[in-house]
Amino acid sequence: MSVDVTTPKPVKKPGNALTRFGNDLYTGARSYPFVRLRWWWYGIALVLLVIAVIVPVFRGGLAFGIEFRGGSEFTVSNVADTTEAIAKDAVRSVVPSSAADTTIVGGHSVVVQTDQLDVDDQAAVSRALASGYGVEEKEVTSSFIGPTWGADISRQAIIALIVFVLLAMIFMAAYFRTWKMSIAAIISLIHDIVITVGVYGVFGFEITPSAVIGFLTILGYSLYDTVVVFDKVRENTAEDGSGDLRTFGESVNLAVNQTLVRSINTGVVAVLPVAAILWIGAVALGAGTLRDIALALFVGIIIGTYSTICIAAPLYAQMREREPKIRKHTERVLAIRTKAATTAEVE
Amino acid sequence: MARSAPARSASRSLIWLGVIVVALIAVLGLGGGGFWNPTTWIPKLALDLEGGTQVILAPQLATGQTPTQDQLDQSVSIIRERVDSAGVAEAEVGTQGGANVVVTMPGTIDETTMNRIKSSARLTFRPVLYTAAQTNSAATASPTPGATDSPTPGPTDTPAPVDTPTAVPTDASDLNWVTPALQQRFDDFDCSQLNDPSYVANAPDDQPYITCGESDGAKYILGPVEVTGDKITDASAGLMADSQGRQTNTWAVYITFNDEGTRQFDAVTTRLYGYLDTDTTRNRFAIVLDGRVIEAPTTQSVITNGKPQISGSFTQQSAQTLADQLKFGALPISFTVQSQDTISATLGKAQLLAGLLAGLIGMILVLIYSLFQYRLLGLVTMASLVLMGVLTYLAIAIFSWQNGYRLSLAGVAGLIVSIGFTADSFIVYFERIRDELRDGKSLTGAVSAGWKRALRTILSAKFINLLSAVVLYILAAGNVQGFAFTLGVTTVIDVIVVLLFTHPILQLLAENRFFASGHPLTGLDPSALGAVYRGRAEFRFSPEARRKGAGGKEAAKRQTIAERKASEAAGVNGSNGEEA
Repeated sequence: MSVDVTTPKPVKKPGNALTRFGNDLYTGARSYPFVRLRWWWYGIALVLLVIAVIVPVFRGGLAFGIEFRGGSEFTVSNVADTTEAIAKDAVRSVVPSSAADTTIVGGHSVVVQTDQLDVDDQAAVSRALASGYGVEEKEVTSSFIGPTWGADISRQAIIALIVFVLLAMIFMAAYFRTWKMSIAAIISLIHDIVITVGVYGVFGFEITPSAVIGFLTILGYSLYDTVVVFDKVRENTAEDGSGDLRTFGESVNLAVNQTLVRSINTGVVAVLPVAAILWIGAVALGAGTLRDIALALFVGIIIGTYSTICIAAPLYAQMREREPKIRKHTERVLAIRTKAATTAEVE
Repeated sequence: MARSAPARSASRSLIWLGVIVVALIAVLGLGGGGFWNPTTWIPKLALDLEGGTQVILAPQLATGQTPTQDQLDQSVSIIRERVDSAGVAEAEVGTQGGANVVVTMPGTIDETTMNRIKSSARLTFRPVLYTAAQTNSAATASPTPGATDSPTPGPTDTPAPVDTPTAVPTDASDLNWVTPALQQRFDDFDCSQLNDPSYVANAPDDQPYITCGESDGAKYILGPVEVTGDKITDASAGLMADSQGRQTNTWAVYITFNDEGTRQFDAVTTRLYGYLDTDTTRNRFAIVLDGRVIEAPTTQSVITNGKPQISGSFTQQSAQTLADQLKFGALPISFTVQSQDTISATLGKAQLLAGLLAGLIGMILVLIYSLFQYRLLGLVTMASLVLMGVLTYLAIAIFSWQNGYRLSLAGVAGLIVSIGFTADSFIVYFERIRDELRDGKSLTGAVSAGWKRALRTILSAKFINLLSAVVLYILAAGNVQGFAFTLGVTTVIDVIVVLLFTHPILQLLAENRFFASGHPLTGLDPSALGAVYRGRAEFRFSPEARRKGAGGKEAAKRQTIAERKASEAAGVNGSNGEEA
């Protein structure tokens, strides 16, 4: 690999640390060997993927939200006394056989989930909860979800996923003029999605339709991030003629390094608002749409930014390096470099 | 001093931007309900932010079947009329995901309205063949047994012959319909079976049908369908008059048939009237709504004018409901309630506030970070984000007014997330400019060269974003759509802002003396960026740049040992020169 990280710097240059860092990455004075260390990244990815798949299996599968299981849900807002027993009694007074799952949310709301109730019982439980907690009936939100609802949403989401991935592959292949970028990008996309869903599985977070929205957004973000970095890769490698002094892998690595500051900045800027939603969602609202979307995005953006650098780019370099033309070029570059090193020593 | 070409093109872009903003405001102000009307400027909110009830109705079809668009459209318009006739204000009825019907209304939904909406209101008239109270051992006197098999399906009045000629039912009132097998099923029948929608949906019109009375709880064996509800042209509820023409307190539903219905009804009542004195059971005529007998009146006269009245145990409300259902027609397919959501207005408001607060915090964090990273350029980022916020707000208000778009919590999340995605356009652009500065270009040159490269990257990456938004919007259902919509809108607006605002502003700033001086505060300090410095406001192109002129190539060349030495030496000179 070209240069190691410890190259001594002649003088302290002005500008903040990240700017100088960017300068050195741009010129190649500082370079992280992302491509060379690919087997490390693949190994880490493999371990993460195995954890993401195996742990949820041992936990008995992913935990799906009420929208996927079917059932009835009540949210009582502005409650002074959040005793769970009140909810259980209220539900039992209407449907003696039904067990109630209660969660206290944000300090003064109670969420009660039960088996699927019919329309009459649903209304009766709402009233019972309102009188039990001493709030007006309009403070009680109730949902009744048939078991097919979540299945419908998921089926549509999976169709959307497949169509999007196919279209994105075609677009990237056309834009970058190579299928190999498409394939590398899609593999890192699958990596991102499996790990993000895996986080839900490992920690036992419920998968709700809002979380599904988050997963779908990660599709877009992961590919978006990969396209930005690959565009620089395309720029660098397109200029590689026969007289060029970098191997293909080094060109890819340089592009990743040159866009590293952008990747960090974008990652941070994209995560900041999501972290704000996550915080607000978790602290102020408790479980809900905002938290579920934000959690998926928070994990997905970090993984997506990482995988572009450590999975997509090395994979692409590896796939292309096997091509005879590129292999020949690499051999020649290495030969020239040996010769130059000898000459430099003679000097 | 004559203005430079980039400055002129920048002014043109900014003027276009101004035109777009003014046009959006004008469209909304003139079309959306007037400039001074506050509702013009506030986008409509979805259920989860405003509070209210949402009912999703799923069609009941055999596995693998999907409803046609026609069936759905027809169902939507019928359900809309039913909801409106129930006096629910501001209810919205639409389809979702190409299969479901969604009804959204403010406040809570009462049971009557709910039943009115979801009942498929398929009305048929069948003659009564046999009736018993609802106990499973009620059948004491069996009617004359007919054939041992149930009759083969055939046209209503001329069923196809079966094995034994004596058993062929000659008309819908023929007791030969009641085979021992049917009798057995009747004896075993439990009225709760009617709660299974497939039992009702699968009952053929040309066969006898076992059911129960809605109000009297009796069990019935009914003959094949004689008249269907779609022959009804009008229905109304009113108080009945007695034989002297005085109004009574009994509510009735008045029906008017079309010509075909009139003829059919005439024929049927003629036949049933014949049983008036001989058979009090077969004299009765069952009105079957959604598989249940709502009334089974006796036939007191032959109705030739096609205007029967149904009376019985109606209240004003139930008479009105039935009349509405008959008038507004039967749904072409039956529906079940797939989900019903009631969100309290308190929760909705809390969620909206939380969403807005999260957006504000997100904005501030992004501002702090970009000021730290890009100094004054961070202000350009912020101005661009604010502009984008304004454009997005206008666009959503227009969509809300024009297409009935409602902003949901998922949509708000989409907006907040888009802050990050949008800021990335600026980051990509600024980093490209810095790369060009590092190659020793002047600020003006760096802006124009950096822009060319950045634009390509931005457009291709944004295309992926837009693609995902469009695919999700078209294919996914429910909340996903709301999210995809805001994501798509913001992606388009993002590109507009970068093209017509951020880039022109940078073009203008590049000519500003303060920015061109490369003061550290500008975030475009060439020496901080490691550019090769020669004198005041002038940068020597590095030797590689002069040879090749392409950024990626230059960086590549710098990696050779000899050239790195040269560039390090130049770096030392540059720093010294600056300090001197």
